[in-house]
Amino acid sequence: MNYLIGAFKPSCNISITFADGKSRKQVPTKKENGQTVMVPLFQSQENISGKISVEPLQGKKIEHNGVKIELLGQIVTGKCVRVNIMYFDRGNFYDFTSLVRELDVPGEIYERKTYSFEFSTVEMPYETYSGVNVRLRYVLKVTISRGYGGSIVEYQDFMVRNYTPPPEINNSIKMEVGIEDCLHIEFEYNKNKYHLKDVIIGKIYFLLVRIKIKNMDLEIRRRESTGSGANTHVETETLAKFELMDGAPVRGESIPIRLFLSPYELTPTHRNINNKFSVKYYLNLVLVDEEDRRYFKQQEITVYRLPEAS
Amino acid sequence: MMVERAEDEEKWLAAGIAAIQQNAFYMHRALDSNNLRDALKYSAQMLSELRTSRLSPHKYYELYMRAFDELRKLEMFFKEETRRGCSTIDLYELVQHAGNILPRLYLLCTVGSVYIKSKEAPAKDVLKDLVEMCRGIQHPLRGLFLRSYLSQVSRDKLPDIGSEYEGDADTVTDAVEFVLQNFTEMNKLWVRMQHQFRLAIGLSGLQGPAREKEKREKERSELRDLVGKNLHVLGQLEGVDLDMYKETVLPRVLEQVVNCKDEIAQFYLMDCIIQVFPDEYHLQTLETLLGACPQLQPAVDIKTVLSQLMERLSNYAASSAEVLPEFLQVEAFAKLSNSIWKVIEAQVDMPILGAVTLYSSLLTFTLHVHPDRLDYVDQVLGACVTKLSSAGKLEDSKSTKQIVALLSAPLEKYNDIVTVLKLSNYPRVMEYLDNKTNKVMAIVIIQSIMKNKTCIATAEKVEALFELIKGLIKDLDGDLHDEVDDEDFKEEQNSVARLLQMLYSDDPDEMLLIICALKKHFLTGGPQRLPYTIPPLVFSSLKLIRKLQGRDENVVGEEASASPKKIFQLLNQTIEVLSAVPASELALRLYLQCAEAANDCDLEPVAYEFFTQAYILYEEEIADSKAQVTALHLIVGTLQRTHVFGVENRDTLTHKATGYSAKLLKKPDQCRAVYACSHLFWVDDQDSIRDGERVLLCLKRALRIANAAQQMANVARGGSGSVTLFVEILNKYLYFFEKGNPQITAAAIQSLIELITTEIQSDTMSQDPAADAFFASTLRYIQFQKQKGGALAEKYESIKV
Repeated sequence: MNYLIGAFKPSCNISITFADGKSRKQVPTKKENGQTVMVPLFQSQENISGKISVEPLQGKKIEHNGVKIELLGQIVTGKCVRVNIMYFDRGNFYDFTSLVRELDVPGEIYERKTYSFEFSTVEMPYETYSGVNVRLRYVLKVTISRGYGGSIVEYQDFMVRNYTPPPEINNSIKMEVGIEDCLHIEFEYNKNKYHLKDVIIGKIYFLLVRIKIKNMDLEIRRRESTGSGANTHVETETLAKFELMDGAPVRGESIPIRLFLSPYELTPTHRNINNKFSVKYYLNLVLVDEEDRRYFKQQEITVYRLPEAS
Repeated sequence: MMVERAEDEEKWLAAGIAAIQQNAFYMHRALDSNNLRDALKYSAQMLSELRTSRLSPHKYYELYMRAFDELRKLEMFFKEETRRGCSTIDLYELVQHAGNILPRLYLLCTVGSVYIKSKEAPAKDVLKDLVEMCRGIQHPLRGLFLRSYLSQVSRDKLPDIGSEYEGDADTVTDAVEFVLQNFTEMNKLWVRMQHQFRLAIGLSGLQGPAREKEKREKERSELRDLVGKNLHVLGQLEGVDLDMYKETVLPRVLEQVVNCKDEIAQFYLMDCIIQVFPDEYHLQTLETLLGACPQLQPAVDIKTVLSQLMERLSNYAASSAEVLPEFLQVEAFAKLSNSIWKVIEAQVDMPILGAVTLYSSLLTFTLHVHPDRLDYVDQVLGACVTKLSSAGKLEDSKSTKQIVALLSAPLEKYNDIVTVLKLSNYPRVMEYLDNKTNKVMAIVIIQSIMKNKTCIATAEKVEALFELIKGLIKDLDGDLHDEVDDEDFKEEQNSVARLLQMLYSDDPDEMLLIICALKKHFLTGGPQRLPYTIPPLVFSSLKLIRKLQGRDENVVGEEASASPKKIFQLLNQTIEVLSAVPASELALRLYLQCAEAANDCDLEPVAYEFFTQAYILYEEEIADSKAQVTALHLIVGTLQRTHVFGVENRDTLTHKATGYSAKLLKKPDQCRAVYACSHLFWVDDQDSIRDGERVLLCLKRALRIANAAQQMANVARGGSGSVTLFVEILNKYLYFFEKGNPQITAAAIQSLIELITTEIQSDTMSQDPAADAFFASTLRYIQFQKQKGGALAEKYESIKV
């Protein structure tokens, strides 16, 4: 048994460390198997540098055709992404960024060997994203090429977040909707762009109520679309279901809205990322009557990431 | 169906309580381990139980109280949490993450309370936020309880004057604003309940709509105190002074009351306003408050509302004399009376009871506040008459009861019927009472007079009074005799009789007028009443005669209107009426009384006339033998005392009387009457009347009759009769003997004694111990006189016993 395991064991240990690994902010991310691990956080145009150390197992030597490190930005689409653990062989891979540094010329490694690497001011326009049908990730990939027995590969994920300053123009969303002679409401959300820790403030004003409303909710929905044209695949998730009103209002009532976004796992809005996918957010106002009929109105909002005050 | 529902409800309640307890358990565990996140999670789950729609208000309250207790603990925890460094504002945000609104708002109110206490933010901002956010609950029952919770937790944190939460930014205005807003929203929810239930009825149709409505209304009334509590809070705010009450509080509350257009709410809230705020505020805002009344729904029981108000104001007025000027200053009476008029005008369908109750309250108010303004009182009565005139006689007992209360109020207040008699509308109100109540009222009036010993001294007032009590004086239209209870009737008439004592003037002329007035009224009373009313009238007249008699000299020469002669004529006519009743025995007595009075006035012809009348009555009307005996003794007694007659007249009268005596039916009666007549011939203090011979004649005749009686008894019953008669005659003998009648000799007495002794001995059969004892004591008397010595003893000397 031990022998068997030994046979599949890589013949060396490869570790990747970041130059500012100790001081850099770490954020949790969920791996495909559901495990949460902490990974370092970067933003676009940062330098990504560090050291690679290769340590052959005791008494073994590694013959190789060269050592390289790649920085990859990948978009993975397809249902299977979440199932597959190590190899994304069933998903569609698309690398939108690929930078390579050659670390060593072909030769042999007998003992622990360390390489420095640096990618300076790396352009990483897209944020890391993990959705239902699509995943955008950044990864460092170290490859020790070998002629036989396959190459030895090691990955190190890292996270990218990009920040947006508050928009200069941020109008409220105000609208009157209704069903003739049945229900007329006017609702207002104070902005159309919200940052991730924002609060939605607003109100619903009942102009006409002829149905017996049971309750009213405000939902936050995420619409993730992948592919394009006829192959577009849309996945919608309800991230928040927030009850605004209990009971039946009468004409003239106005119901306040105050919804804190921080408890929900939102991401910034992503529009047409590399022509591969989009992630959009909607506020869905839902009124439910006593016979459980739903009346709703959906409005898109833009979610952005505000620079963190530090 | 109903039972099933009740059972189900019990089940649901039990399940709800169990769930609350379970979540509370986890919540406590989280609290103990300072786990804020879990504490919030479980408390939210616990509060989710309050989202139920299945419970009636009563049961829901039970559930609410469970949750309420737990929330108190949570609040304590929040307080500690903030002390440990968790900022209140963060906590305030954190609880708002809850997805369900009802738990979220309960938690928000709880943290809000801590937030205010921490003083990290101005109280008014927190309060404003809370009261705004609570709008999210539009379900009436849940909303009412949530807002009631808000009111409860904020109650001691309002920025009232003198409160620790008062500051530059927080004034009592903010506190008032907060409470008013919460009140308004709660009332809207409460009123909506009625409306939504109406929809529910339309849908269910299982139970009768009326029954369903009744049930809903009952449920609503169970919740009313939740709404009213806000007004209590306002009433207790130190900072709500008169100005603020006048400018802000009252107008805003009334606006809500009027606009909600719901009769249950309007009635309850008006009542609340009246009860909660101080009297002086009401007084100063009377116009505003009253102005709202006509705007209420027609079905609102406005009379009770106004009555309550007036009762409060009356009590306030009664509490201290110092406040009375305030009433005058704000013209309280005019405003109230005007408002009542408007309300009655506006509510055409108001039952008469309502109107009467209103006037009754107004009257009480007037009596307390303006005791000196009789015109106000009369005005109220007048308004009442106007309203009553549109309705005719009152039939329902509640209304009449109210009228009696209305009419009794001035009597009680003034304790003086004379004042009341000045009220021109008083009798007009009485006219609308049914006959029975009219009598009750009359009795009340009489009792008031008697109790206060009010003297009514002019004929005019007597006329007015009799107008009031005419129900007792004569038969009213439609009055049926057989329905009147005999006892009651007697009692009533006796009251009238007693009343006469109070109708009295020192001025004889006026008194005569009074008597004439009385006579006029009494004569209309019919044969049933006359026996009760005539005697007091006669005696009242006789009293006047005696009074005149006392000052006879002064009036001589003057053509006095009130002369004894004139009164006697009046009396004669008056008594004559009794013959129609007939009540001849009574008439006879009265004639004799008059005769005696005339005797005292030295009016021989008048006295003779009265005697004649009495004799005529005796001869023609009195047939009953017992009555004859009584009447005869009365005649004899009166005649004996009369001294005014000349020889001829007296002879005629005594002769007649003696004649009647002998014609009595029963021998013993004859005997007694005859020996009584003996006194007619011997009046001790009048020398002119000492006819010993005729005295003896009488006594002898009496003896003969006694003898005859004895014999008759023997024949009829086989035993000899009693000797009592003889002993009685013996006593007469002794009397005249002592008085010195020469015709009565010791020998005659001696033989009479022997006769009696023989009679007693001969008759052993029928013992009469009373007669024996009488005889024995008579003998003892003789014995005693003999031993006493002096002139009498000498006279008795010759009699042997």
